[in-house]
Amino acid sequence: MRPAAILAAALSLFAAGPAAAQGAADLKGQCGGCHALEKPADPTVARLWSRKGPDLWYAGAKFNRDWLVAWLQKPTPIRPGGVLWFAHAKAGEPRDTLDTAGVPPHPAVDAAAAARLADALMALKGDGVVAPGAFKAEGANLTMGKMAFSKLRGCVACHQEKPGEGGLSGPRLYDGGQRLQPDYVLAYTKDPQAFDRFVWMPRLGLSEPDLQRITAYIASLKAGQ
Amino acid sequence: MIRISLALGAIAAVAVVFAAQAASAEDDPKFKDTARLYDTYCAQCHGLNRNGKGVNTVGLSVQPRDHSDAAAMASLPRDQMVRAIRDGGASVNKSALMPPWSSVFTDAQIEQMADYLGHVCKCGKTNQEK
Ligand code: HEC
Ligand code: HEC
Ligand code: HEC
Repeated sequence: MRPAAILAAALSLFAAGPAAAQGAADLKGQCGGCHALEKPADPTVARLWSRKGPDLWYAGAKFNRDWLVAWLQKPTPIRPGGVLWFAHAKAGEPRDTLDTAGVPPHPAVDAAAAARLADALMALKGDGVVAPGAFKAEGANLTMGKMAFSKLRGCVACHQEKPGEGGLSGPRLYDGGQRLQPDYVLAYTKDPQAFDRFVWMPRLGLSEPDLQRITAYIASLKAGQ
Repeated sequence: MIRISLALGAIAAVAVVFAAQAASAEDDPKFKDTARLYDTYCAQCHGLNRNGKGVNTVGLSVQPRDHSDAAAMASLPRDQMVRAIRDGGASVNKSALMPPWSSVFTDAQIEQMADYLGHVCKCGKTNQEK
């Protein structure tokens, strides 16, 4: 390497260092009050009831960075009833409803902060809870994936696969292809209790082919299309 | 002044606690914990009032069982109920939209849930009577 290149590399390292440290500090200071940034030592049902935001300790294995940067600047609801659907549910006829207007909007940040925070989030790898490469992109049948999602395996009971279509107690999945990494989708679908022992999506005991085709289907879902 | 705002704070805190408990409103201390589990896991489909009308029914092609319906619930054998909760609807030839809960509950909690359902419909066979 030429001296100038070495100097440039050293400078960029120097630049990356403080910026990364700043991102991690901002994440802790501005976001850590509502979000678990480390795996909770002792998960309980009570913790789910008192949480102020979803867990982010595996964010780096979960999100697509581009989506994070955009969403942090312009957050839109992901869970129709907020972090705990129950807190915004009202009994009624013909069915219970969610008071979506009562769900507080998420704080927004500017573009520079969003990029910094996204980098800090992408560094939270989640203790190996997601197996890289578990999703095999080839050969999965989207039609059968949709059939499993919407009918046979009942995912649509709790998740929206299109805006306004599907259950409301789980996060929307109609933007799953933009928001989530496919290996995460597969890992979560396979064993939600590995992420939170008490989350209200149970392990559904799916076969490997089902996991592959459902993941392929979710990875194909894009909002606004 | 400080004392007044402290008192107001205390009243507000009590109000919040009441509001949070209103939906399940379980007075029997024996079922308090299980009612909480029902709120967390079952009410999303079976309804805040245990009437089969949860927020998720908007997306369901088969309607969840109305757990407040004494006649219908009395006709469900207890072991079928336990199996449906533990292994899902498909395990008792019902809809797979009823998910299996063995990854979340212990066997003892599932038995308690079956007891609780008997209490909710006021038609229950408890574990001892079955
Ligand atoms: C007042 C509490 C609160 C604060 C402060 C907060 N969040 Fe959130 N956050 C939430 C809630 C509640 C949600 C769930 C929103 C939804 O699902 O619609 C959420 C969702 C998210 C999500 C999506 C998570 C997922 O699993 O879908 C990300 C990413 C996120 N927040 C990042 C941040 C960052 C970065 C900060 C700091 C700048 C921050 N949040 C500050 C409460 C908060
Ligand atoms: C009983 C309701 C329920 C059912 C049925 C259900 N889910 Fe979930 N799902 C949830 C909840 C609740 C969460 C996570 C809640 C949270 O992070 O706040 C979740 C999370 C997920 C996630 C992670 C999404 C994210 O944004 O982090 C994926 C992927 C997922 N579910 C896929 C599926 C698939 C595929 C099926 C069908 C095989 C399914 N779910 C069935 C309730 C359900
Ligand atoms: C994702 C929605 C969903 C959730 C969550 C859910 N159920 Fe169900 N449940 C159903 C549906 C749908 C049926 C009706 C199945 C049928 O009649 O084919 C049902 C039926 C039942 C039955 C009757 C089974 C039978 O043999 O007829 C029992 C008992 C039951 N549920 C208990 C529970 C309990 C306890 C919980 C919480 C731990 C729970 N359910 C959570 C959807 C759900």
